[in-house]
Amino acid sequence: MIAKISNLRLDNLYTGKINKTQMLSSQIKSNEIVFGSCNKDLIEEIIFYGIGLGADFVELFIENTDSSSVLAEEDFITSVSPSFGRGAGIRIFKEKKDGFVSTNDLTKHGLMRSITQAIEMLDITDNKKREEFHGLNKHRDYSLSKRKWINEVPSIHEISEKLLVSTKYLKKNNKIITRKGSYSRSLQEVIIASSDGTYASDIRLHQTVGLNVIASDAQYRSNGSRRFGSSGMPNEFRLWDHEKAANDVFESSMNMLYADYVDAGQMPVVLANKFGGVIFHEACGHLLETTQIERRTTPFENKLNEKIAHESVTAIDEGISEGSFGSLSVDDEGMEPEKSILIKDGILKKFISDRAGELRTGHKRTGSGRRQNYSFAAASRMRNTYIAKGEYSKEDLINSISDGLYCKSMGGGSVGATGQFNFAVEEGYLIKNGKLTNPVKGATLIGEAKEVMPKISMCGNDLELAPGFCGSISGSVNVTVGQPHIKVDSITVGGR
Amino acid sequence: MNSREITTQISKAADSLNLRKWDYGASFSNDYSVQVDKGEAKQLKASQKQILTIRVWNQSNLVGITTTSDISESGIKKALKQANIASDFGNKNESTEFSPLAKDPIKVKEVKERIPVGIKKLLTLLREAEVKLIESHESIKSVPYNGLSETFFERVYANSDGAFRSYSKSQAALYLYARAEEKNNKPRSSGSVKLGYGVEDIDIESCIKEASNKTISHLNYSSIKTDKYLICFSPESFLTIINAFSSMFNARSILDGVSLSNENSIGEKLSTEALNIYDDGLHDKNISSSPFDGEGTPTKRLCLINRGRIENFIHSESTARIFKTIPTGHAGLGSKVSVSPDWIVVEKSEENLDLKTSLDHSTYEGEFVYIEELNAIHAGVRASQGSFSLPFDGWLYKNGKKISIESATVAGDIKYLLKNIVNIESSQEVTTSGISPHIWVDELSITGDA
Repeated sequence: MIAKISNLRLDNLYTGKINKTQMLSSQIKSNEIVFGSCNKDLIEEIIFYGIGLGADFVELFIENTDSSSVLAEEDFITSVSPSFGRGAGIRIFKEKKDGFVSTNDLTKHGLMRSITQAIEMLDITDNKKREEFHGLNKHRDYSLSKRKWINEVPSIHEISEKLLVSTKYLKKNNKIITRKGSYSRSLQEVIIASSDGTYASDIRLHQTVGLNVIASDAQYRSNGSRRFGSSGMPNEFRLWDHEKAANDVFESSMNMLYADYVDAGQMPVVLANKFGGVIFHEACGHLLETTQIERRTTPFENKLNEKIAHESVTAIDEGISEGSFGSLSVDDEGMEPEKSILIKDGILKKFISDRAGELRTGHKRTGSGRRQNYSFAAASRMRNTYIAKGEYSKEDLINSISDGLYCKSMGGGSVGATGQFNFAVEEGYLIKNGKLTNPVKGATLIGEAKEVMPKISMCGNDLELAPGFCGSISGSVNVTVGQPHIKVDSITVGGR
Repeated sequence: MNSREITTQISKAADSLNLRKWDYGASFSNDYSVQVDKGEAKQLKASQKQILTIRVWNQSNLVGITTTSDISESGIKKALKQANIASDFGNKNESTEFSPLAKDPIKVKEVKERIPVGIKKLLTLLREAEVKLIESHESIKSVPYNGLSETFFERVYANSDGAFRSYSKSQAALYLYARAEEKNNKPRSSGSVKLGYGVEDIDIESCIKEASNKTISHLNYSSIKTDKYLICFSPESFLTIINAFSSMFNARSILDGVSLSNENSIGEKLSTEALNIYDDGLHDKNISSSPFDGEGTPTKRLCLINRGRIENFIHSESTARIFKTIPTGHAGLGSKVSVSPDWIVVEKSEENLDLKTSLDHSTYEGEFVYIEELNAIHAGVRASQGSFSLPFDGWLYKNGKKISIESATVAGDIKYLLKNIVNIESSQEVTTSGISPHIWVDELSITGDA
């Protein structure tokens, strides 16, 4: 609203500098993107315009969202927040450079203005070597069977009732001083098109529900929380076992209420399955994204087909598990996701790559181009990422440790610019002589991927996935992390 | 539509839907940013964004809300309808009203209008900065995280009672994070961030110098023994920890049971009498200042800790009403109105006789750990429990030598930390999140090597 955007080149289309007869579609039927309709002619015109001005590649990501969230606190609904919106992200490439413009204006004028701006940003003036655009391919419409979802998801009333029952389940004694239940649902309709002919549309549904409590007794305090999530399953919230979840959260908070702080030190740890997989996600997964190769910030850049982990470790990133939080029918660059075996028996086999990653690093795309929304350019991002199951039972792992830590529930974590990672242990227990003993709090696991990966010496046979949100270069995206129970022979545990 | 036209449009649409009471907050922005990689443009980005949040009150005075980026006539009408539907689920336990201060005069800082320098200029400046930073030391091989951006935006608040506020401003940001590599050593990284109202206000040379000096200073590193240490927090790291535990001063957090404080905590002694803490969103040095909050309440300077004791909480309209006080200008518009601090100012009070003034980070010759920057706040802070366990960048000062700490975490309890402040240096430094002097704390646990 403040800074004016140049329309300098917008008129080119209408002054003959781009030959309209080059266009496959001579008749423009709509002057604005209409969701649920055929927008092929308009999108082709936009792409022609960008290619005509000298871009090597033009990509459009157009989005229409409808979201709701509900919060229950104690025995009341305290927040209901619907939102809706739409916008487009337009990216053009010239050689290995890219210019990205996002806008809420989905009219032809708005989209052309954005593409003009992207062209100007890249300072494209050389029109001699011009890429060709032969029009969009046949529309791949992944949304056909999904249009009914909006009518199948639970109503706010239904959600509210179940959340209130859930928070009531949490009220098991007077030490629970805060009880919360939250639900959010995002329905995202996308159109993806690019100058290589890609033309796809999809509808994505993500639902997540969480419970958390604070327990308090005199000077003691503890938290308990669990989050559940799914994609593409409108009925999933109805099937959620809220009583079991509430019992789990309650027990976790009670177990930790009087826990002592853990003593800091180096020790062996057993990481639980499900969200325990955050260690692999943070410690290694991010370093296998091609964005890290582009920045030269991964120690694994030149390690393809070399051993980077213990031979017991096989790690996978995929977007195809039905209903998992990180699954997709098509990625945000129009490619169907593949199952990528990143590490096989300790040997690095593949990087997670997107279009820019392939262009700049040579690693083939894996259907992992992802973004939070239209205002971010897609980047190589994890989807459902997990360590494959091994042969041991949880008890085998714990029995193998005389003095260590069992991390039953993990908090969030992060990885630094030089590869150090850390993440918090929400619920931990000391292991003494092969047995679980006292609960401990305040533990943080600290390390570096290339040092920790060879120390994952035992993998359990109980692989499970857990949903989460991953924040990185292209915003916050839905992912799952996962693993069976695993043993790390030695890691730094931060404490007091 | 401009902001006045949007207000008129909302008013008309609300009338047509028989909605008598409403308010809205909106922001409109144009952003431009560049990143470079070894002299080449990596990603150039521009965006135009508009976000509108509308609240409506139904006949039972329950509030519903909707947020949208569609500010067309039909989008506004849809948003009002959705908000009206949502109002059926409005919080019956805690009512929300317009801020009683939503029409009070606001104090807008006089800032010279900046105009966009444009992507090409941003790119040229960032390329030059990258080259200079790499050339500043032979060990600096790359600047993997870098960016230069400028943003121009307008914020608006208006309600059906006739309140209307709007302001426009600009902001520019430069960040440079260098990576140094030496044979047989681990790579080391550090950086600097600078903000300004416009690109011309950013001291690029000092950002380069700071990023270079910090990165180089971490080249000579060693692990640290796990133990308790005397700690000197840099202004930036102390502000990070205060912001992470700002729920202690937050009335919303208190009402929600997630604060270490309670309704009777005003006057509670938290720290040495030498400590004063203010929230001062309108401070001259605060580039990100806003003259009003999400409910239209004017921003103001508020004392949070006076001579070591809690003096005030920060409030929204509804929390202020519950606490029988006035809103403080810290509300964020939402279905459940959030409350958060603006810009923290830490000062040494006049009651400072109990401080160990010999502790000065530039002259003290004893052993201590200097914490330059705390990391991974989202993972390592348990605000409702008061505990933290955070990785940090810093140095161990010992026997007159300074050596970078390889990889370590500092852990403790915020109340313990505040009670164990042993010195507050005299000189304050401006950071991107506030102002603070160096703060010394005794006996905090550091985990390094076992």
